[in-house]
Amino acid sequence: MDAIQTQQRPASLEARDLTRVYRRGSEEIRALDGVSLRLDRGEFVSFMGPSGSGKTTLVNLLGCLDNPTSGTLSLAGRPIFGEGKPLGERDLTRIRRELFGYIFQNFYLIPTLTVRENVALPLAFYRKPDVDGEVDRLLGMLGISHRMNHLPGQISGGEMQRVAIARALVNRPEILLADEPTGNLDTKRSGEIGDVLKDLNERTGLTIIMVTHNPDLGRLAKRQIVMRDGQAYDN
Amino acid sequence: MISRFQIALKNLLRKKSRTLLTMVGITLSSWVLVSLLGFNRGYENALNHDIENMGYQLMVMAKGCPYEAATMMLQGGKGLRYMPQSMVDNITKEPGVDKVTPILMQAFFDPNKGESGGIAGYFGVESSSFPTMKPFLRFRQGGWFKSDNAAEAVMGFEAAELEQREVGDMTLVPEKNVQLKVVGILERTGSQDDGTTFVPLRTLQKIAETDLITTIGIKVRKDADVAKLESRLYQLPDVQVVSFSQVKQTIMKLISTARVMVMSIAIIAILIAMVGVINTVLMSVLERRQEIGILKTMGAMPSDIFRLVWTETLILCGIGGLAGIAVAFASARATDILVRRVLPYSPSGGLVTIDAGLAAISLCVIVGVGLLSGLYPAWQAGRVRPLESIRGEG
Ligand SMILES: Nc1ncnc2c1ncn2[C@@H]1O[C@H](COP(=O)(O)OP(=O)(O)OP(=O)(O)O)[C@@H](O)[C@H]1O
Ligand SMILES: [Mg+2]
Repeated sequence: MDAIQTQQRPASLEARDLTRVYRRGSEEIRALDGVSLRLDRGEFVSFMGPSGSGKTTLVNLLGCLDNPTSGTLSLAGRPIFGEGKPLGERDLTRIRRELFGYIFQNFYLIPTLTVRENVALPLAFYRKPDVDGEVDRLLGMLGISHRMNHLPGQISGGEMQRVAIARALVNRPEILLADEPTGNLDTKRSGEIGDVLKDLNERTGLTIIMVTHNPDLGRLAKRQIVMRDGQAYDN
Repeated sequence: MISRFQIALKNLLRKKSRTLLTMVGITLSSWVLVSLLGFNRGYENALNHDIENMGYQLMVMAKGCPYEAATMMLQGGKGLRYMPQSMVDNITKEPGVDKVTPILMQAFFDPNKGESGGIAGYFGVESSSFPTMKPFLRFRQGGWFKSDNAAEAVMGFEAAELEQREVGDMTLVPEKNVQLKVVGILERTGSQDDGTTFVPLRTLQKIAETDLITTIGIKVRKDADVAKLESRLYQLPDVQVVSFSQVKQTIMKLISTARVMVMSIAIIAILIAMVGVINTVLMSVLERRQEIGILKTMGAMPSDIFRLVWTETLILCGIGGLAGIAVAFASARATDILVRRVLPYSPSGGLVTIDAGLAAISLCVIVGVGLLSGLYPAWQAGRVRPLESIRGEG
């Protein structure tokens, strides 16, 4: 999997008939029911839809956080899923750290590390060759340089999500996955985070996949996909 | 930037009191372990030192109980058994014998000693052979007597201190009322020599009105077979051979119970500390499932997480182990005094010897046990899947 060189090729993401069935005892929940979609490099796409419609499930599959029950997924023309047996944790990790950055509703910052250390944290485990100076550049770009020696407990929710964004971007991913990034923020802060994401997409060509319940935020994306009962519909 | 070591350290500092308590447990077990190993080594060393300080490896006495030497001193010499001095010549002839010295032990009741009187020990020794057998004896004042019938004495450190004698003073042999001139006072040796007064052999024989001796000290040649020599000496009529290596074995057997007990305490302490480490690290892993999941989304491999958690164990055990060693060093004297109280027999030197090598071994044991305890929590942490942990919160 380490052969994935997405830098040069147009990173498109192509899913075909993705299905995910959860088993809870004897009960089967078809959370995702044959979703096919194609994302081009540099797209900003939002997923909306009622609770339980399968947004998180889909985005987790697209982000290689989970294996589908059936269906295929290819990244940059290279098949990831659908080639026989499911991928193991190590293979998934290799793909994730090469291609993806993730942010979540709960920011999951490490409370004992400063803002700057949190942003630098991924580099302790994996470091792409050209990321020198990336930490400070991102802190500046996201407007949190003045907070870099604070602990997460000492900054606001909006700032925490900016720290999480900087952390997700420190290894220069191709694709940013954001599952309800403003779910814990008020309207004003949500708007700010939305602007940050839009700006990132326009200025750096970062591909962004965002799940949200907030229609204002969803409209920021050029492409909007609505989910219902495990199916995806382009708007 | 930030190293994994820093991440691990900062995590330990998150729950300070829990980390501290765990560390105290490790410190205690490390302390017990170091002290125990120090005692194991120190006791035998001290015993060897005592035996070397005898100057001879074999002692020949007239037949009787081999452990009578001590009791006969206490009984005021009543139980003493004697043998002719000609025995010395028989023994000198034996192959393997390096040096031989005849000794006459006597004990007199001194009414002025202590509160209700006490036994004063006298050794009649030959000025030609005894000093060469104990060349390590150092004089605080004066030196050995020059002839075997001079009315002179050399006093052990404590004997001189008790009577407040200096070289040139006279000392009185109790019971017999004979005056001897003090010509030498020994430095402290930490052995029974300290309480003894040495008198020329002839002189003591005259005082005791005998021409016999009680003991012959034998120094064995370095290349000789002690066991063989011992069995040949048994062929001599009416004698008893005491070998100090046997005495040593007997004493080591006596204290082996104590050693086993201390060893069990050390093992229990280590086990308890181990459970503490497992508990602490496992708790901290369970509390951090989401954080660990997030580390995995940012590219950490299961092995990275494993090592991260293992590093925490290493820090806990390393610091705790070092602290225990420091405490053991600092409390070696106190341990010595404590151990002396409970043991049936204690040699005179330091019983608890701790050196750098021993400290290093103990640290390795503690860290090794610690890493073993960290294995399970670290494995658990490595297995955390990013998705479960993120979902876990809803
Ligand atoms: N680990 C799981 N085990 C069993 N069922 C699950 C699991 N994860 C999700 N589901 C079910 O799958 C369906 C889709 O869940 P999913 O989390 O994808 O929805 P969502 O659109 O993200 O909802 P929300 O807007 O509330 O976040 C739901 O019915 C949910 O209960
Ligand atoms: Mg969801």
